[in-house]
Amino acid sequence: MPYLVHSEEDRASMLESIGVQSMDDLLVDIPQSLRIGSLDLPDGLSEYETMSQIASLAARNRVFPDRLTFRGGGVYRRFIPAAVAAVTSKPEFYTAYTPYQPEASQGTLQAIFEFQTLIAELTALDVANASLYDGATAVAEAAMMAHIHTGRNEVMVSGYLHPEYVEVLRAFCDGRGIKVRKGTEPGPKTAAVIFQQPDFLGLLVDAKTLTENAHAAGALAIACVDPISLAILSPPGEYGADIAVGEGQQLGLSPSYGGPHVGFISCRRELVRRLPGRLIGIAHDKQGRRGFVLALSAREQHIRREKASSNICTNHSLCALAASVYMTYMGPKGLRQVAEVSFKRAHVLAERLAALPGWEPAFPDRQFVNEFPMRVPKASAVVRKLARKGILGPIEVQRWFRELKGVVTFTCTEVNDARALDELLAALEA
Amino acid sequence: MADRRYTKTHEWVVVDGKTVTVGITDFAQSQLGDVVFLELPSTGRKLALRESFGVVESVKAASDLYSPVAGRVTAVNDKLTVNPELVNSDPYGDGWILKLELAGDLPPDLLDEAAYKQVTEASAH
Repeated sequence: MPYLVHSEEDRASMLESIGVQSMDDLLVDIPQSLRIGSLDLPDGLSEYETMSQIASLAARNRVFPDRLTFRGGGVYRRFIPAAVAAVTSKPEFYTAYTPYQPEASQGTLQAIFEFQTLIAELTALDVANASLYDGATAVAEAAMMAHIHTGRNEVMVSGYLHPEYVEVLRAFCDGRGIKVRKGTEPGPKTAAVIFQQPDFLGLLVDAKTLTENAHAAGALAIACVDPISLAILSPPGEYGADIAVGEGQQLGLSPSYGGPHVGFISCRRELVRRLPGRLIGIAHDKQGRRGFVLALSAREQHIRREKASSNICTNHSLCALAASVYMTYMGPKGLRQVAEVSFKRAHVLAERLAALPGWEPAFPDRQFVNEFPMRVPKASAVVRKLARKGILGPIEVQRWFRELKGVVTFTCTEVNDARALDELLAALEA
Repeated sequence: MADRRYTKTHEWVVVDGKTVTVGITDFAQSQLGDVVFLELPSTGRKLALRESFGVVESVKAASDLYSPVAGRVTAVNDKLTVNPELVNSDPYGDGWILKLELAGDLPPDLLDEAAYKQVTEASAH
């Protein structure tokens, strides 16, 4: 069976019709010195041989079970109900690329509309878009909104924002001449104050005060939030944040080596024309029939060109669909249960860990939801020891923050059952 | 109105002493189609000559607005927030956009009606 669509005859006929002798004649503009003579590739394999080889490579991966994973840092193991895959694997959703005649795809638009509605409700803000790539780009896009809205050229990162989000933020800001500053005192040049709730270490921040300080300086407040935590914490709209962003992986997506995930962004009504990406609205036709339509397209790059707040044209729509199904399936009560169980388990774990000799909470006066920092003797040794016993242990955060030497962050979710906690403690005590 | 003057970028101005009223021309609104939104500056903002001060968004395009004179914004037409279509229905009246307090002299290249008509006829072809 041929895997390449063009036969020798096809190629010969194409070369002839453009008047060259061989494929090499198409490459005459590339100097000989830059060409690779030949590639040292193995011979072709049969399907069976290929599968065997890949399976043996895959067997070398170290896979930690969800229940024995106590590591978060932005990506979390959570239970994903079968309903999620049942919907996302429907070919109508699974195979369709971004519809370029959007109004023809009412089902896709309705799914996006529902995602927007759920995110707006969860964050208690007026409007959410069709989603972004991930939490990191959502933070950066929000910063661009603030920069254009205020006409100011500095964004302030307050507290422990995910260090990889900060890297992406810097990458976006560099090109636009925007300064990224760390601090807690916004000034007259500050377009936005960005904070994470709970922060990268899992600790709760004083979101209300941070928001008020931003507003007092004429800056916007951007809250980067954990969507599950919003079931038990005050949502950004309630404490006055202008823009809420976050990573939606926890809403029905597996960690998948870090992606694709889904970012979300929502804002106050007054900022909607700065909101990047696709936005779906509801309209009614002359007969009063409901239709889902693209809304406020003139904000977008294909119309507003360089004046648009973003050049984002796409998103991870299937991931957003998974998040919609998850949120709908769980409902407000289910989400709350998930958040509460995770909260309780994490607090039990924190207490048990603090009883280990030499271990102590890194910030004993601070509150947390389901991720928390501990100061431990020999952090690297702890992580290695646990890995040997089949447990994916905490994150050593000193990798990013020098002042946090010896600090590791543990995470607990509903998948870390009581026995898993016992196993973790036994492994640490051994 | 005899004293209405125009720019090549399709804004109009009416000057009354130091006060300059600014809008977009009938030709501009007809080219844009139904106006659905205007993004306007706040009062007090100082605008340089030909500075982009806002955006007019129609069902088919988003276009920048340029200040025809240098001056300070003294008033913004609030009615346009709720009824942006006034720009279509009455571009020289209720569809005015801004009032500016003129800083310095009027720029010499403002067009009279006849000269502006030539501009629109040229761009219509």
